[in-house]
Amino acid sequence: VENVWLLDRLSSRKAALGTLYLTATHVIFVENGPETRKETWVLHSQISSVEKQPTTATGCPLLIRCKNFQVIQLVIPQERDCHDIYISLIRLARPVKYEELYCFSFNPKLDKEEREQGWKLVDLREEYNRMGIPNNCWQISDVNRDYRVCDSYPTEVYVPKSATAHIIVGSSKFRSRRRFPALSYYCKDNNASICRSSQPLSGFSARCLEDEQMLQAIRKANPGSDFIYVVDTRPKLNAMANRAAGKGYENEDNYSNIKFQFIGIENIHVMRNSLQKMLEVCELKSPSMSDFLWGLENSGWLKHIKAIMDAGIFIAKVVAEEGVSVLVHCSDGWDRTAQVCSVASLLLDPYYRTVKGFMVLIEKDWVSFGHKFNHRYGNLDGDPKEISPVIDQFIECVWQLMEHFPCAFEFNERFLIHIQHHIYSCQFGNFLCNSQKERRELKIQERTYSLWAHLWKNRADYLNPLYRSDRSQTQGTLHPQMAPCNFLYKFWSGMYNRFEKGLHPRQSVTDYLMAVKEETQQLEEELEVLRARLANLQKTQLNDNKVNSKQEDRSKRLGLSTSNNSLANTPQEYSNDLKSFPSRSPSQGDEEDSALILTQENLKSSDPDLSANSDQESGVEDLSCRSSSGGGCLPSEDSGKDSDEAVFLA
Amino acid sequence: MEFAELIKTPRADNVVLHRPFYLAVEGTLCLTGHHLIFSSRRQDNAEELWLLHSNIDSIEKRFVGSLGTIIIKCKDLRIIQLDIPGMEECLNIASSIEALSTLDSVTLMYPFFYRPMFEILEDGWRSFLPDQEFELLSSVTDDWRLSCINKEFSICPSYPPVVIVPKSIDDEALRKVATFRHGSRFPVLSYYHKKNGMVMMRSSQPLTGTNGRRCKEDEKLINATLRPGKRGYIIDTRSLNVAQQARAKGGGFEQEAHYPQWRRIHKCIERFNILQESLIKLVEACNDQSHNMDRWLSKLEASNWLTHIKEILTAACLAAQCIDREEQWSWGRGWSTRGSSNSIALVSLCHVSSHPVAFHVMFSPLQAGHPFQQRCAQSAYSNSKQKWEAPVFLLFLDCVWQILRQFPCSFEFNEQFLIMLFEHSYASQFGTFLGNNENERSKLKLPQKTMSLWSWVNRSEELSKFQNPLFEANSLVIWPSVAPQSLQLWEGVFLRWNRPSKFLDEAHEEMINIIKYNKELQAKVNALRRQLAEMETDDRMQENL
Repeated sequence: VENVWLLDRLSSRKAALGTLYLTATHVIFVENGPETRKETWVLHSQISSVEKQPTTATGCPLLIRCKNFQVIQLVIPQERDCHDIYISLIRLARPVKYEELYCFSFNPKLDKEEREQGWKLVDLREEYNRMGIPNNCWQISDVNRDYRVCDSYPTEVYVPKSATAHIIVGSSKFRSRRRFPALSYYCKDNNASICRSSQPLSGFSARCLEDEQMLQAIRKANPGSDFIYVVDTRPKLNAMANRAAGKGYENEDNYSNIKFQFIGIENIHVMRNSLQKMLEVCELKSPSMSDFLWGLENSGWLKHIKAIMDAGIFIAKVVAEEGVSVLVHCSDGWDRTAQVCSVASLLLDPYYRTVKGFMVLIEKDWVSFGHKFNHRYGNLDGDPKEISPVIDQFIECVWQLMEHFPCAFEFNERFLIHIQHHIYSCQFGNFLCNSQKERRELKIQERTYSLWAHLWKNRADYLNPLYRSDRSQTQGTLHPQMAPCNFLYKFWSGMYNRFEKGLHPRQSVTDYLMAVKEETQQLEEELEVLRARLANLQKTQLNDNKVNSKQEDRSKRLGLSTSNNSLANTPQEYSNDLKSFPSRSPSQGDEEDSALILTQENLKSSDPDLSANSDQESGVEDLSCRSSSGGGCLPSEDSGKDSDEAVFLA
Repeated sequence: MEFAELIKTPRADNVVLHRPFYLAVEGTLCLTGHHLIFSSRRQDNAEELWLLHSNIDSIEKRFVGSLGTIIIKCKDLRIIQLDIPGMEECLNIASSIEALSTLDSVTLMYPFFYRPMFEILEDGWRSFLPDQEFELLSSVTDDWRLSCINKEFSICPSYPPVVIVPKSIDDEALRKVATFRHGSRFPVLSYYHKKNGMVMMRSSQPLTGTNGRRCKEDEKLINATLRPGKRGYIIDTRSLNVAQQARAKGGGFEQEAHYPQWRRIHKCIERFNILQESLIKLVEACNDQSHNMDRWLSKLEASNWLTHIKEILTAACLAAQCIDREEQWSWGRGWSTRGSSNSIALVSLCHVSSHPVAFHVMFSPLQAGHPFQQRCAQSAYSNSKQKWEAPVFLLFLDCVWQILRQFPCSFEFNEQFLIMLFEHSYASQFGTFLGNNENERSKLKLPQKTMSLWSWVNRSEELSKFQNPLFEANSLVIWPSVAPQSLQLWEGVFLRWNRPSKFLDEAHEEMINIIKYNKELQAKVNALRRQLAEMETDDRMQENL
């Protein structure tokens, strides 16, 4: 469709005229501007809602809200076109079969071997080995082989050695959806562990011997402690209500040596509404400070984030300081439990604060333990009541921690934003389906690519320049302030207003420091080369001095060879270096950094409207244009998309 | 008056000091004329706390048996608690502190007693002189002149003796204009934008009154700042309503009919008492840790502090935009609420603050950043009696911080510098922030009798603390965002004592290290390269021989 206006939310003057394309996988808007030809790509799977607004004099407005918090306002001249697009998008945004998803058509041009290699990047067996398991208290159990006991659990589960298959199966029958207690994190230093399960089917009085034995086994696996904590992450009221349905929580009288604790995190419906309210605040046109703060408070979002953090902090504290094992559950043990376990692990173990470790953490606590990605993030058309920003909240918790501990994480904010993007993008197979079982059935690993490999390949973009593995923050357990430091939780505009570039700091300290670090590395290399050359030259000169005039010929030859040598050695090699980093020339180190800043500045001066033009910025910040197409993907992906473009639907 | 009279108990032993995030420390408390000194007296890592009496904002006493407790709230928002054994000692100390922290004579303040222990490289009192500033200006334009009309402060007591005015206006006309402006604060040059020759002027409200008085000279002066055919903006930082009400009291605003080339814009910035109240509420919210997340946000909202920040930044950006973009002369009009001539500073400073160019001039302690000191003198807070009179200067610093946060590489100074200014504006050993205006300051003989803050800052060991390692000179105008999402609470000031800062400090240190290492390497590489080049030429020369 031609002559479509793309409106800028912040300023009405900045609307762009262009052409709208609908392909099998993307909505693409190409600006008409002669030199810019700025493109906006939106994956169908990112679309969360499409809204047709009343026709105005200029045309028919169409509002597209995306799951990565992008909001696109289009004005389409013809009502009929608008309607067609609306109908198509509604259909395209809600695929009914997994095969319709982008990851099945996405081809980053990697060969089979590379793809398989990619899927092997994160290996949970290796991860449990790293924790020191199996050992003489914990073992890998094949009780769930072929998903016989629990279809939402992985085939390989780690349980106390003293828990026999009989106990496990018995316990699983007493737990919601048969999600029996299994190991999530093990602390090598003091044998304390974090286990997870679903709620017990205790009703008002039911008991289960095997379940009691199971908890006993978990306690015994930690010889240093004579009790375990059982943490129910629901508000007490919700847990009580569940009792009426034959579910509920552990009775301290029935289980020997447990300490039971409620930590009130609200359910997925509350969270969904909370996010909705917060996004409404984000979408306000020029809100006043009061509107914004009031709306933020009213949404309750930060309160919920804090509740999750508090739960994680509590568990980390118990494990690290008291050396007591913890069993965490909520209702089904796949939402709040995942959030809390992963936050606690992140606090406890510095490994999870690295790029690789964070991937492992998500794979372990979310993907393998059957977090229902498909339902929660609406990849396929489903019950809208199942949708909830569960992992978004976890990602925000990580960001909040990064704000408190700027040196503790190897990765930066961009890493988190890209992961969030891809949870919804369905471009990679990692987050498809609701469980490992479903993924195996779909042969995800054979038919799609792994996000982790993609992120790993581009990890240079995701590094935190302040991270140094030998600093106090990067080692051991993080101890964030417990309640009541409310003010430590802040609104994350980098995420929820991420497409409104104008709102963000215009100069990125992270990028600047990364550039400096990169330059430092080059300087180090050059220093080496120069030193070598110098040593070489000194040797030659020494030789030169020794040789007398009679041997002038020889010295000439030597001199020549050194200069040849140096020609072949440094300057050329160096200029090659220069080519790969076009803007950087170490000879003018200072200038080039200012050049980097200056490009940003130029943008600003060319754009006095207090909001930056993301297209021009794309050179500086990788996130802008490309991320809308698929989160700063490989350049090769673009060519992949080109072929898709042939399939126009509208 | 002798300070000793006020100090009945100069010293108390076994006092316990409580501070958030630190373990309680036992030690000895000493009172001197200007300081409260606490020393842990331990052999190993002895701890000392020196607190200026003038920094003390309020003091509370409590007794449990014979153990007295004093809670001291400081102007830099810190709260400390001292447990003092002995009822009498405690009462004596409390009353001494109360008396010493509210001395009513400026000349008894610490700056008049302070003798610096550091070597003075440059007299800060002479660092920023209007003549130097004018030299800079006259190198680019010829339209302005220095006027000594206010010598001896005869025209306007709150203005400095030397001001910059349009060349075409003579002193006689200026005198007439002064009678037409509130508090005689006639329009003077505040900032000159080199890029396009636009200027920013400042003045108080015109005394039009209800019958619409005019002043030909005033109109002439204002028009003289315009180039032919250009238009300008008058920014009135009161709402239209307030401005209209002011007419009844003889004040008012420029009538468009009489200033046809000018457009008036009203950008409302709240009055003192409202700002003051806002600060009190905000600090209260920051110190109250008992409430939950929701209450915190609503208290933050209710304080309206961030709303004021947003308003000021918006007004400043607007003015900056007028100057930079519209290619028109503009002049910001200060805020002259009745009688208080001393805080015009804020708004015009903010205008300027959006221009990094100006920032270099104003703040960069390395260069001759002049107007800052002047402005500050006019908005003096450390006047001992008027504590917290209005947090205008703090608001200004906060605005600067907001911009700094959005443009972390465009400022030569860092957050610490702003915090240091905040501290010194309330309690200081230096005379820089004493007195309400140039007139008062010269009467107090501050330059002779006290030390300037700039003398202290302008030394490399201090400067290095306040320099932004990320700074890259940038001569372009910066446009901050004023959306609520972009503005944050300035934790460095408001939560400074309520949050652990260890991790943030570590991050800052790491940042400095990264850049330092880079610079070192660069120097090494350059040296080697030079050495190599020399040797190679030597070589070649040898070959040629």
